[in-house]
Amino acid sequence: MSKDKKKKEAVVKEYHKPLIRRRKPNRSVGGDIAMYVFLAAVAFVMAFPIVFAVANALKPLDELFKNPPRILALHPTLNNFSDLFVTMGKSWVTFTRYLFNTIFITAVGTIGHLLIASMGAFVLAKYEFPGSRGFFKLVTTAIMFTGYVTQIPNYILLSKLGWIDTYWAVIIPAFASPMGLFLMKQFMEGLPMSLVEAAKIDGANEWKVFTNIVMPNVKPAWMTLIIFSVQGLWNNRASNVIFSEEKKTLPFAMQQIQGGGIARTGQGAAVLVVLMIVPIALFVFSETQILETMASSGMKD
Amino acid sequence: MKEMLTKYFKLKRHNISVGWKKAKLSKMCYLFLLPYAVLFAMFFVYPVVASIYFSFTYYNILEAPRFLGLNNYISLILEDDIFLIGVKNTFMIAIITGPLGYILSFLFAWLINELPRMIRSVAVVIFYAPSLAGTCYTIFSIFFKGDQYGYVNAFLIEWGIVEQPILFFINPTYMLPICMIVIIWMSMGTGFLSFVAGLQGVDPAQLEAGCIDGVKNRWQELWYITLPSMKPMLIFGAVMTITSSFNVCDVTMALCGYPSTDYAARTIVTHLFDYGTSRFEMGYACAIATLLFLIMIVCNKAIQSLIRRVGT
Repeated sequence: MSKDKKKKEAVVKEYHKPLIRRRKPNRSVGGDIAMYVFLAAVAFVMAFPIVFAVANALKPLDELFKNPPRILALHPTLNNFSDLFVTMGKSWVTFTRYLFNTIFITAVGTIGHLLIASMGAFVLAKYEFPGSRGFFKLVTTAIMFTGYVTQIPNYILLSKLGWIDTYWAVIIPAFASPMGLFLMKQFMEGLPMSLVEAAKIDGANEWKVFTNIVMPNVKPAWMTLIIFSVQGLWNNRASNVIFSEEKKTLPFAMQQIQGGGIARTGQGAAVLVVLMIVPIALFVFSETQILETMASSGMKD
Repeated sequence: MKEMLTKYFKLKRHNISVGWKKAKLSKMCYLFLLPYAVLFAMFFVYPVVASIYFSFTYYNILEAPRFLGLNNYISLILEDDIFLIGVKNTFMIAIITGPLGYILSFLFAWLINELPRMIRSVAVVIFYAPSLAGTCYTIFSIFFKGDQYGYVNAFLIEWGIVEQPILFFINPTYMLPICMIVIIWMSMGTGFLSFVAGLQGVDPAQLEAGCIDGVKNRWQELWYITLPSMKPMLIFGAVMTITSSFNVCDVTMALCGYPSTDYAARTIVTHLFDYGTSRFEMGYACAIATLLFLIMIVCNKAIQSLIRRVGT
């Protein structure tokens, strides 16, 4: 009996052994350790400026000019941030107005971009119609050059439309960002066509299919479009299309504070943190969805 | 011959009528695409065409464009020494930071992919944060500041390497190297994310099959299995890298000033700003923009055809 049991155990062990011992194939322990050390070192270098920027914002003024410098603050305070609000509160255009401008531009630009790009991506991904391939090729070509190439004719066009010095000069061009359409289309291709067809048989029209079937199924791609759009708009100084002080964006106002010289060093450090915290926080919260979308980002031809 | 031609035209006409019928059937699709297509045409297609047109003219917004022929290009390439400095700097930066940034993004994405799940997501944030952080790179101007508060100078003097503080952002010898360091620090961008995602999508069964078929170590695995199965992401990452490396202007303008000493940190894009937004010589600026556009497209196409050959 006991012998039998032992035998059985041995068999089980034999069966489990390779499973437990199995690491990824083709990996040596030495290589793994070297990799960890290397990655940790590089990660330290990558993170150092950002950590330093955050630490700087928490330092009181006398510590900011200490030499040799300390990386972390001895007596961390939030004084720089409160000073920032005091300084901006006293300016001719109030801080809340700058904040509103940037939030308005970012929010409207992002929502519009998400909606319009998804509509286009939906038909490009799920249907074949004359011109669909050509149009998509055009969009992929547009990813290959940057906004600076088109900047001047864009300015002329916006001024002819009378949109210079309005929010729309920043918002409307952001709707057409080719990157969003590209990523959305690639991701939607993974959606089974049978889903769309089933909904159609059940009597849904195209718009219903789009809003009720397709969009809820591509939520990971939403986050990706949102993060790319926010990243572009949140830091947009818009200094060459918006000239009235009351319509200027937060980054622009912040830049003026940073230019305020030595007395404003602490506030300048706080400005950096305010500007970078939003995109980074968004990314941290949506990382898995973004990676899921980027998995289909490849360009085949 | 005539018969062939008539046949050809008949076929063409047939194709067009079939296409037209198809287009009529898919009205709905066009309606969906319309808002995007209009905006895209307005802000991406029209500007490129207009920029090519304006590049052959003298145009200052106030007066009507005056046709100049190729004069803008001729004076750009033959007479404008500052533009040539800009081209040289842009290419220097692109040739050094582009491939290096690309290889490093892939390398780190590949190493990060080996980490356990939790550490991996933290590592992705750490590596991607610099390009997310917007204007955070201005922190480097504190590190490399030329006065007594610049940390690098302080250390160099303390260790007795230099006698006087080095004016990193004013002395032309140091400008470009420091900008390159900053650009490489920021180079883990969209392409990096695409690599991380693509690596997670590589089929583990394929790796095991490779192991059985005699793949000995991780380098062979990388070359024979991982790289070929990631080709689309590699192309996407290359496009991102090329576009951003010819696009350099934010970093050089923020760190070295605009204009920089002796134009030592001038790039093609800053030259474009100079003529477009300061001097309002739109025709000339459009010629610069058109050249930049051509450089980017040609580079992209060339590199893409190169990458298609990887592992085949």
